Amino acid sequence: MDKLITHSPILIIAIPLLAAFLTPLISRVNEKARDVLVITTLAFVEFLVIILARDIYANGIHIYTLGASSPTLTIPEQYMVPVRIILEVDAMSIFMGIISATVSLAAAVYSLSFMKEETGRDRFYTLLLLMIVGMFGMEFTGDMFNLFVFLEIASISGAALAAFRTRFTDAVEGGFKYIIISSAGALVVLFSVGIFYAQYNLLNIAALAQVIQYTMLDKIALALLVIAFAMKLGGVPLHMWVPDTYAAAPAGITAMLVVSSQACMYALFRVCFTLYGVTLNMATVGWIVIILGMLSMFVGVTMAIPQIDIKRLMSYHAISQSGYMLLGVGVGLAVLGNPEALATYGREAMSGGIFHIINHALYKGLLFLTAGALFYRTGTRDLNKMGGLGHNMKFTSIFFIIGALSISGIPPFNGFASKIMIYESVYRFNPILAVIAMLVSIITLASFTKAFQSAFTGPQLPQYKDVKEAPRSMLIGMGILASIIIFFSLFPGLIVGWIVYPAADALINQAIYISAVMGG
Amino acid sequence: MMVGIPFNVPFLAVAALIGIAFYIILSQRNLIKLVMGLGIMASGVNLFLVTLGYREGGVAPIYTHAPIERMVLPVPQALTLTSIVIAVATLALMLSMVVHIYRHTGSIDSEESRTMKG
Repeated sequence: MDKLITHSPILIIAIPLLAAFLTPLISRVNEKARDVLVITTLAFVEFLVIILARDIYANGIHIYTLGASSPTLTIPEQYMVPVRIILEVDAMSIFMGIISATVSLAAAVYSLSFMKEETGRDRFYTLLLLMIVGMFGMEFTGDMFNLFVFLEIASISGAALAAFRTRFTDAVEGGFKYIIISSAGALVVLFSVGIFYAQYNLLNIAALAQVIQYTMLDKIALALLVIAFAMKLGGVPLHMWVPDTYAAAPAGITAMLVVSSQACMYALFRVCFTLYGVTLNMATVGWIVIILGMLSMFVGVTMAIPQIDIKRLMSYHAISQSGYMLLGVGVGLAVLGNPEALATYGREAMSGGIFHIINHALYKGLLFLTAGALFYRTGTRDLNKMGGLGHNMKFTSIFFIIGALSISGIPPFNGFASKIMIYESVYRFNPILAVIAMLVSIITLASFTKAFQSAFTGPQLPQYKDVKEAPRSMLIGMGILASIIIFFSLFPGLIVGWIVYPAADALINQAIYISAVMGG
Repeated sequence: MMVGIPFNVPFLAVAALIGIAFYIILSQRNLIKLVMGLGIMASGVNLFLVTLGYREGGVAPIYTHAPIERMVLPVPQALTLTSIVIAVATLALMLSMVVHIYRHTGSIDSEESRTMKG
C-alpha cells in the first residue's frame, strides 16, 4: 500500500496512457472487454487519486522524481538544481485531480450508450483516455516544459474528440476552432518557457520560483502566459471558441472539456501564485484577473439569454461561471501581499473561488450530460422544438433541476455554498463586485428557468409521444454527478474543511512548494 | 547566454517569423493559410529555442564524440525535438479537419464555411 502511494503520481498518468493504447487492440477481440477496460482503468485511477489525496492531506506535498534512485531525490548529487522531470502534487493539484478523475469517470460511463451508434469507438476511448492523461499531467507536473507537453496532449485529444462525429458540420467546425486556439495558446506558452530558460537555465517551477527576478522579460512571459491560459479557459474577451466547441462536441466530451478548461485555469493560478508569488506586482495582476472574471461573468450571462440551442446556452453559462472562480481567486491574489486583508477575507475569497471550481465541474458536467440525453432522444438541441419532455424523461428532468438550481446558487445546493463564500468575502474587498456577482446569479436562474420550461414542461408534443427515458449507462453517469452534488449540498462545511482550505493554503504558501523540491 | 547581445540575427528571424504568423492568423480567411500561419509560428518558436542554446563555435552535444569544452546546450534541442513532433501532430489534425470542413460546406473560406454564429 505504501509503495502504491509513493508511486501513485506517475501511476495516475501512466495507467490511462497504457490503457489508451491497449483499447484499440482489445477492441479487435471484444468490444465489451474494451468497455470494461476503460471503466476499470478510470475507476482505478479514481481510487489512486483518493488514496493519494488522503496521504497529501496527512503528510503534505508529494514529490515524485522520474528516473531517480529514490522518488524524493529531487536534486542529484553534484548538482545545484533539479535536472530531472519532477511531479509535484500538493493540495491544489490533487484537488484538481479529484475533479478530473470524477468527471471523467462519469463522462466515460455516460459515453458507453451515447456513442453506441458511432463508428470507430475504439479510437474514441483512446482519445478520451489520452485527454485524461493530459489533464492529470498538467495538474501534477512541477516542470514548465512538461506543462506545455501535457497541455498539448489534452488539447489535441480534446479537439479530436470535439470533432469526433465528423458527419456533423458544426462538430468539425467546433473542433477546428478549438485546435487553432489551443495550438496558438500552447506555442505562446512554449515561447515563455523559452524566456525562462534563457534567463535562469531552469525549467522546474519550484527552482524557477526561487530565483525569479521579475525582470522585464519575466513580465513579458507573465503577460504571455496569462493571455494564453485565459484564452484556453474561455475568459471574455477570448471566449469566441467556447460556445461553438462545447455545443458541437459529444455531451460526455463537453463535460470533460469543461474540466480541461479548468486545468488551464489551474495552470494560470499556479503560474501567478507559485511561480511569481511574492515577486509579483500583486494588486495589478490581481485586478487583471478580477476584471477578466467580471467580464466573463457578465458578458457570458448576457450572451446566454437569447440562445435557443440548449448546449450553446449552457456554454455561455460556463463562461459566466468561470468568472466567479476568477473573481474569488483574483481577490485573493490582489491582497496576497497584505497579510491582514488576506486573513480576514482574502483566503475566504480564494476558498470560495476554488470551491466553485469543483462545484462548477459537477453541476455543469451534469447539465451538459442532461442536454446530451435530450439530444440523444429527440435529435435536436433547439429549445423551441422541444417541449413536454418531462412526461417521459423523468430522471433526466430531475437531474436537470438539480443542476439548474445548483448553478443559479439556490440554497441549499452546493452552488449556493461556494457563491455565498465569494459574495461575503468579495463584499469586504469591493461591494460593487459582489453586487454584480449576485445580479449575474439571478440572470442565470432566469435563463435556466426558461430552458427548463421550454424543454420539460407543457403538454406532451405529438412528435415526442414515444420518447423513452435515457439509456441506463447515461442515467448512471448523470447519477454519479448528481449524487456527489447532493452530498456536497448536505455537507458543504465538511468539504470546505477537507479539500478546499488545504488547496487555498497550498496556493498562498509559495515557500512550502519551493522547499519541497529545493530543500531547506 | 546569447540573450544579452542585442540585434542578433537569429532573434530577428524569430521575431519576423512570429510576426508574420500572427499577421496571417489574424488577417487571412482561407483555412489552409490559417494552418500555414500556425506552422510558421511553430517554426519561429522552435528557432527561438534552438538559438537560446547556441554557443559560438560549439559542436553538437553528442557526449561520445564532442570535445568537452565547447558544446551547444542539449536541453533546448531536446525541447525543440519534442515541440516539432507535437507540431506535426497538430498540423496533421488541423489539415484533416479542413478536409472535413471542405467536404461538408464546399468552401475553405472561414466566413463562407461558418455555420455557428452568435
